[in-house]
Amino acid sequence: MKRIITATVRNRSGVLNRVTGLLQRRQFNIESISVGRTETEGMSKMTFVVEVEDFQKLEQVTKQLNKQIDVIKVSDITDKAIVARELVLIKIVSNSQLRAEIQGIIEPFRASIIDVSKDSLSIQVTGKPDKVEALIELLRPYGIKEIARTGITAFVRGQQPNTVDGSFSSLLG
Amino acid sequence: MERTQKQAKEAAETNEPKIGADLLVEALINEGVDTLFGYPGGAALPIFDALYKAQDEFDQILARHEQGSIHAAEGYARVSGKPGIVVATSGPGATNLVTGIADAMIDSLPLIVITGQVAQSLIGSDGFQEVDVMGVTTPITKHNYQVRDVQDIPRIVKEAFHIATTGRPGPVLIDIPRDISGEIIDIDLPNNVELDLPGYQPTFKPNPLQTKKLAEAISKARKPVLLTGAGILFAKASKEVQEFAEKYSLPVASTLLGLGAFPGDHPLFMGMAGMHGTYASNTAMYECDLLINIGARFDDRLTGNLASFAPNATVAHVDIDPAEIGKNVPTDIPIVSDAKQALIRLLSHDIQQPEHDKWLVRIHENKENYPLWFNKPQEDMIGQWVIKQVYEATKGNAIVTTDVGQHQMWAAQFYTFTEPDKWVSSGGLGTMGFGFPAAIGAQLAKPEETVVAIVGDGGFQMTLQELSILQEKGLPVKIIIVNNQALGMVRQWQESFYSERYSQSIFNIQPDFVKLAEAYDIKGIKATTQEEFTKALPEIFDYEGPVLVDARVLRQENVFPMIAPGKGLNEMIGVKP
Repeated sequence: MKRIITATVRNRSGVLNRVTGLLQRRQFNIESISVGRTETEGMSKMTFVVEVEDFQKLEQVTKQLNKQIDVIKVSDITDKAIVARELVLIKIVSNSQLRAEIQGIIEPFRASIIDVSKDSLSIQVTGKPDKVEALIELLRPYGIKEIARTGITAFVRGQQPNTVDGSFSSLLG
Repeated sequence: MERTQKQAKEAAETNEPKIGADLLVEALINEGVDTLFGYPGGAALPIFDALYKAQDEFDQILARHEQGSIHAAEGYARVSGKPGIVVATSGPGATNLVTGIADAMIDSLPLIVITGQVAQSLIGSDGFQEVDVMGVTTPITKHNYQVRDVQDIPRIVKEAFHIATTGRPGPVLIDIPRDISGEIIDIDLPNNVELDLPGYQPTFKPNPLQTKKLAEAISKARKPVLLTGAGILFAKASKEVQEFAEKYSLPVASTLLGLGAFPGDHPLFMGMAGMHGTYASNTAMYECDLLINIGARFDDRLTGNLASFAPNATVAHVDIDPAEIGKNVPTDIPIVSDAKQALIRLLSHDIQQPEHDKWLVRIHENKENYPLWFNKPQEDMIGQWVIKQVYEATKGNAIVTTDVGQHQMWAAQFYTFTEPDKWVSSGGLGTMGFGFPAAIGAQLAKPEETVVAIVGDGGFQMTLQELSILQEKGLPVKIIIVNNQALGMVRQWQESFYSERYSQSIFNIQPDFVKLAEAYDIKGIKATTQEEFTKALPEIFDYEGPVLVDARVLRQENVFPMIAPGKGLNEMIGVKP
């Protein structure tokens, strides 16, 4: 099963190596990882999407992460009400005749064209993974030259519903 | 002309400015270090120069190989309860420490490992004796640091000691680039440094709701078992665990590394559990309805096949490391706590006595009917017999260190430990060559006690270069080589599971160990029969200095009883007929 795990870590040398090395050693597959600074000086936040066999393994991964000295807090936010986004850049084959057509496709996704050349077009899209996947599929017939994805970054919503119905798991498709 | 030591020392004291390495040594002195195991080299020269000036502050031991120094530091840490301090140089110096670091990590021994590193300008350039020590040691340290600013040294050292010795102990490494250790400090640094570890707050006291749950489970249990691990030793909770076991008449099984935490001669003690454990312990763990694990990590050598491990038991697990709870065995009552704190709390609960008289009778019968056993040959020696002789000659009071393998299992089976911190063995990593240098460290920590290194002929040959230290430091370590001219445990498995194909496990050529001892100016004794060994015992233990004994034992003797790999606690073989 796929899980979204966030970790608040100190910005110290070696912390990324320690965390990813640990995931590798305990045989957890990382689907994506994103890292960046937070509102607090000296703190970074990592968001992992991991593939885990079962809940026992999941508990191990969070405990092992928590054990690291430079890891401040670890949360599995998969079943919480969360905001999860990914930024994706897509370069497709295109020419001036197709541009308007593509514009029409991407508009409902609130994606934008960020670079144009004689024979290609670069699109930026932000959103949940399923939305991104849907757009990629629509663009595929035009010929995809390159895709770059940041991986998911996420946090929990300001307000949590009283009962969690698990529907947010669908975020991960 | 060479300066005399005195001149050099005076020059050092008067003229030379303070450098980063001096800050390091000051910090070590502040932490109360009394013994340091080191091996110098290029990138560590500033550190060793600072150590030179501190020769009166603490004992500095030059091992003959970095692996020797770190195993000695582990032995020191295990019996003293204080962190072992190791200093080595960059590159090969650091990589030679790796086995010891991994050993300390898995057996939870507190170590401070300081490595020299090439200058920062050379890091990443594949410079001479450069290795990515941070990368290499990250998975085998509790934490590691590379110093990037000389002013951080006091804080980092303080944090390193705090991390190594609190919570679940473990090794912490500090990598110091040469330009940092040699950097002149021209500003005044504050005297007090603060820990800066917001992500490190080990849970020390138990959750009272969980201990209450365990108390209730005890009162309902009909077949309770207490499993004692090394966590009790680290928490210094032997007194409490005995009181607890006696209060509710709980039969006790021990892990390999937990031996001595509970008295081995106590009527409630069933012996070591696991692959070569006793029938009484393993059967009790298989049949129990309540298993209380205090400070053990449910290692695979203990549990055997997990599917048949304590299948009908409510499992309670007390561990200071939350990641150990539920890792291997599903746990019903998790108690994250220091063992001593948990026991104090449990003792404070007023709980109803369990009704388990029948269970105690059954356990007593198992102990009586199926004890550890061996068939003593007429004249020849076997390992079990040798250990028994050593046990009797030392009245069970010695500190015993071992390598890994048959001799280790026989020592665990036939040397009865009645007190904590007398047993020093490489459990989790199973490191050959551990026992002898560990004995050196143990003897340095406890100069008044008898220290016996029970080693195999294979393991001893991995670190025997440390014989130099015995004369140099006047350490009366008694080395007993249980010499079967083979890698006994490997040979045993090849016999049992590989149709007697003894691939690379038989030592047909060996050094003359007596001559070897004499080459190091140490008394050497060879014994080939029981009579010779018995006669040699006073020469070994009444003699004031170090002795090396080459005890020739029968090669074909195997360790029993046994749970074969992949089998369960209820599938023991080689139980006394």
